[in-house]
Amino acid sequence: MIQARLQFSRGDFSLLFDETMPANGVTAIFGASASGKTTLLRCIAGLERAAGRLEVNGEVWQDTRFFLPTHQRRLAYVSQQANLFPHLSVQKNLQYGLSRTPQRERKVSFGQAVEWLGLEKLLTRDEAEQLSGGERQRVAIARALLTSPRMLLMDEPLASLDSAGRSDILPYLERLHKELQIPVLYVSHALDEVTRLADHLVLLEHGRVIANGTLHETLSRLDLSIAGLDDAGAVITATVAQHDEQYHLTRLDFSGGQLWVSRADALLGSSVRVRILARDVSIALLPPSATSIGNILPARIAEISALGAGSVMLRLTLGESQTLLSRITCRSRDSLDLQVGQNVYAQVKTVALMI
Amino acid sequence: MLPVLTPVDVAALWLTLKLASVVTLILLFIGTPLAWWLARTSGVCKSVVSALVTLPIVLPPTVIGFYLLLAMGPNGWVGQVMQALHLELLPFTFTGLVVASVIYSLPFVVQPLHNAFSAIPEPMLEIAASLRASPWDRFFSVALPLARPGLLTATVLGFAHTVGEFGVVLMIGGNIPDQTRVVAVQIYNHVEAMNYAAAQDLSLLMLVCSFLALLLLYHFNPTGRRK
Repeated sequence: MIQARLQFSRGDFSLLFDETMPANGVTAIFGASASGKTTLLRCIAGLERAAGRLEVNGEVWQDTRFFLPTHQRRLAYVSQQANLFPHLSVQKNLQYGLSRTPQRERKVSFGQAVEWLGLEKLLTRDEAEQLSGGERQRVAIARALLTSPRMLLMDEPLASLDSAGRSDILPYLERLHKELQIPVLYVSHALDEVTRLADHLVLLEHGRVIANGTLHETLSRLDLSIAGLDDAGAVITATVAQHDEQYHLTRLDFSGGQLWVSRADALLGSSVRVRILARDVSIALLPPSATSIGNILPARIAEISALGAGSVMLRLTLGESQTLLSRITCRSRDSLDLQVGQNVYAQVKTVALMI
Repeated sequence: MLPVLTPVDVAALWLTLKLASVVTLILLFIGTPLAWWLARTSGVCKSVVSALVTLPIVLPPTVIGFYLLLAMGPNGWVGQVMQALHLELLPFTFTGLVVASVIYSLPFVVQPLHNAFSAIPEPMLEIAASLRASPWDRFFSVALPLARPGLLTATVLGFAHTVGEFGVVLMIGGNIPDQTRVVAVQIYNHVEAMNYAAAQDLSLLMLVCSFLALLLLYHFNPTGRRK
């Protein structure tokens, strides 16, 4: 468990953080720019001297009269820029942290890190500067992991990459998510990255924590600013149940129903995460019969919240625990006379599958 | 036509090389931490030290020499300390020349090092810290290698500037063979004695050597060639 009670200020900006975060899985620190995400991460890394107390999995990193400097905190830090050492080869860059980690503390081997991040072909490169953006960032992540950290801090690791670089790295990050048994704090302002990678979400605004909870829970709260974002939506965890080769479709089952998505490259029985944007969900009072929309799920309206500009957000519950968000116009709400507690049919236009 | 050197000329050359080597070595030891400190701090203290370090560039060498002579003489504070410690007074000795040259050439070593250290991105050092490198370790494994072009420039400039020193030497060193008679003074001696041919030989040697040193520096130093 990560317990942080940190206070930091510089100029007009102040950060007040008093939260507990889970000991494993990915916790996204989400917020607009200048919300203090990076500052928070730097304070946790010891790169900024915040006042307060920080404890990571039972190890105190700082307290009122005690401050462990960064190089003695067992963490890995990956920032926007890869910051590979230009005077060292790729191999030497990777070994930089490894060689400074005592033998008995080593949990990640060189071969493991190279394999996890697919660096086999890059090992022979002499000049780290000649790598592409995505390659550089992969080397930087492997270099960080080779210190066998107790916590991984990532500050928008994809922000400086183009879309090719991003898609180069995302699968590796998702894999790390499964392989690593350490907490990951992932700073981002991109909702798609967060929904894809995180299990837990801390929402920051102007240096204050607005929400701290599981990803499902936080994303489906209508009172948070996230709900107002254009790409707001809910996340559903489902199991791959069937592949239909004729129509090139895949069926996903979850506790509240099933979804058909375009043929996914995933094993039957594996667990996947799907993101359904609120703008892609419409509402019908009766089960529609003649429609091109393939996914129609029975749902119950749990909450209705005005978004402004003529639209409202509905929180729908599917089955026992799953949640769906739907953004519709005020006019639709009135013409259908939608009320909280009503049973409706949610029509899902498209589903983004994240594997 | 090859320059013809008398034994006195050779002695002066040898002394100059010895002086410049010793001074450069000392300057790298003093200048590196000083430049590192200047590159990492800000405030009044930094401005004061920066101004003091740069002073020898703008002052006439005779002014520096004059004040050093006063300080190191029997009535100066350095002289008093030396006498109290039963040590030889510094003026008109090789040691005195070394001390004076260190002060005189200091900016030529500190400036390039300062520039080189300032150019190292802070995140680079922070990443090194997150990779478990202690402050000393970061300095030697990241900062120094990245500052290598600056280090080379500092070495060459410090050495060359010490070789080319004249005014300060005359003021506090005089013209003592094998002690303080460096090449620059020897050339002056030749000119004073109307021996223009001998002055020409030594001068040409200095000119060619200095040019070659700078040529090598600019050719092999990778500054500004980064892709």
